[in-house]
Amino acid sequence: MPIVKLLSENFGRREARDIRWYRDHGGYEGARKCLFELTPEQVVQEVIDSNLRGLGGAGFPTGRKWTFVPQESKKPKFLVVNADEGEPGTFKDRQILTWDPHRLLEGMMICCYAVGIHTAFIYIRGEYVRPAEILKQAMADAYREGVLGPRCLGKDFTLDIFVHEGAGAYICGEESALLESLEGKKGWPRLRPPFPAIEGLFACPTVINNVETLSHLPRIVVNGGKWFAEVGSPRNGGTRLFCLSGNVKRPGVYELPMGTPLRELIYEHGGGMLDDKALKAVIPGGVSAPVLAAKEIDVPLDFDSLIKLGSMLGSGGVVAMDEDVCMVRALQVISHFFAHESCGQCTPCREGTGWLEKIVTRLVEGQAYSQDLPNLMRVAGNMIGTSICALSDAAALPVRSFLHKFNSEFEYHAQHRRCDVEERKATATPLARSAV
Amino acid sequence: MSFEYTPENLTKLQEMVGRYRVKRAALLPALNLAQQQLGYISPEVEDYVAGLLNVPVVDVHEVVTFYTLYKQRPSGRHHIRLCRNISCWLRGSESIEGYLNQSLGAGEGEVSQDGRFSWEKVECLGACEIAPMLQLDDDYYGSLTREKVEEILKNVKD
Repeated sequence: MPIVKLLSENFGRREARDIRWYRDHGGYEGARKCLFELTPEQVVQEVIDSNLRGLGGAGFPTGRKWTFVPQESKKPKFLVVNADEGEPGTFKDRQILTWDPHRLLEGMMICCYAVGIHTAFIYIRGEYVRPAEILKQAMADAYREGVLGPRCLGKDFTLDIFVHEGAGAYICGEESALLESLEGKKGWPRLRPPFPAIEGLFACPTVINNVETLSHLPRIVVNGGKWFAEVGSPRNGGTRLFCLSGNVKRPGVYELPMGTPLRELIYEHGGGMLDDKALKAVIPGGVSAPVLAAKEIDVPLDFDSLIKLGSMLGSGGVVAMDEDVCMVRALQVISHFFAHESCGQCTPCREGTGWLEKIVTRLVEGQAYSQDLPNLMRVAGNMIGTSICALSDAAALPVRSFLHKFNSEFEYHAQHRRCDVEERKATATPLARSAV
Repeated sequence: MSFEYTPENLTKLQEMVGRYRVKRAALLPALNLAQQQLGYISPEVEDYVAGLLNVPVVDVHEVVTFYTLYKQRPSGRHHIRLCRNISCWLRGSESIEGYLNQSLGAGEGEVSQDGRFSWEKVECLGACEIAPMLQLDDDYYGSLTREKVEEILKNVKD
C-alpha cells in the first residue's frame, strides 16, 4: 500500500513548530478556506463525508458528534481537546503535540468555526511538560500573528485557546471525568444523559475531541471529505497513527491507512519480533482492548473489523508479546494498572479491579486457590456494564480474553503453582537459547 | 509554616482564574503553581488555595489526594518516575527498578540520604516507543539499560 502521510510528515522536523515554516508549507490554509469560503454547515458536511471517527478510542463519527451540539444556544459553547493520553501502549498525541502543534491548533479553529465556538481548552496530562511548553509557544506565535484571537486570520471570528494541565489520573481521559477535572474536581465520570454536547463544561454545550482527530481536519477541508474517506476502509476514513511497542524490532508510531492488516504493521513496518522470536499475543488498541492470539493478526486495523473479532481498535496502541512472555504475569501488570486507576466511584469497578489484581497476583506467586480461575471469570462478569463509565469493562474484558485465549497457561499456574513459560525457558538447551 | 504565592505567581493565578466561568476551575492550575513553588502540597498550601478560590478545604484535600502528581511531602531535589506498565515491563523495566533501588540506596517513595533523589513506579507515561523509560523531573529518557541510567544520574549536577 502506498505510504500516505497526512499527520506524520512533520514528525522529527523541528522547523515545523515555527509558525512561519508551517504557513509557508500550506499551514492554516484549511482554516482560511473555512473562514472565507465555506459556511459552518459545509464544513460539518465535509467532515461527515470524510468518515473521520474519534481517534481517542471510541471511534464515534466526528461530524455526527458535532451535530448534537445545538446551533442556537443562550449559553456559550466550548471545545475541549482531550490531550490526556494515558491508555497504556499509546503515544501518538505526544508526537503531534511535540512535532506539529500548529496542525492541532488549525484543526481546533476548523472545529470551532463549524460548531460556533469561541473558547477552547486543551486538557493535557501533567506529565507532558515539554509537549505543553511547545504547544504554548505555538499558541503565543499564533496569537502574535493574528491567527488566533479576536479576529482569526483577519476574519470577524474570535477564538481563544487555553492550555489546562492535568495532575495525573488515567480516568481523566474519559471525557466526562475530564470535564469534572477541568472544573477543579476529582475526576469522577458523570452519569449521562445529559451528554456533553448539551451540558458539558460548566453545564454548557461542549465538543470533546482527541488531538489526533482534530489534527486530521486541515487536510479534510483542503482536499475534501470524500478524498479522505477513500484513503481508509469503508466507514473508517483516512489514516491513523498506530503506536507499535513491545517485543518488536522497531517500535514507534506508524501512520497507515485504516484497514491495514495487523500483520503488516508488526512484520513490515515494525521489522518483526525482536531476536526473531515467535509472536504469541497482541493487544491491538491499548490495554483496554481484549488480547488477540498470534493466529488472528491478519485482521484489518479498523474499528469495525476489530469489533467483529471481539476486540477493539481503541487508541491504536498495539503491543506485541513474544513466546517468552508469561501471559499470567502480563495480565497482572494490566490488572494492577486498572486497580490503581479505578476512580472509586462505582462499587463493581472499585471492588472488582482490586479482586482481579489480587487473584491474578496469587496465580503469579504460586498461591492460587482451587476456585481462582472460575472466580476470576465471575468477578469479571460482574464488572461488565455495571458502572458509570467504561473503565470497569476495560478492566474485565482483558481478563476474559487472556483466560480464553491462553487458558493452558492459566490452568498450569492454577494447578501446578508454577509458570510453564519460565520452566520451558529454563530447560531450553544452551544452543537453542543462544539462537533466540 | 504558612504559605503564600510569590507576587509573580499570584499574578499568574489571577490571569488563570479569568479563563474560566467558575473560579474553582482554576484549582488544578493553582495547585500546580504552588507545588512548583514549594515542591509539595502542605496542609498550609491547601488552606491558602482554598481561601483564594473560595473552595472548601476538604474539597481541595480531596483533589490533592486524588491526583498522583501532587506530592504531600517533600521529595528529593530530583524526582524519578519509572514506568511499570506493559510495554516497559516487556522491555525490562523490572531490571531498572532493581538498579534504582540499589544505586540510590532508597526504596520506592523514599528520598536518598543526600536528599538529591527520590523515585517511584508509575503507570504509562505515553512513551512506549522508547521502553523501558523514565521521567527525571520534566524530561523523558528511554531505551534504558542499567548503564544508561547510571549515565543519566551522573549527569545531574546539583
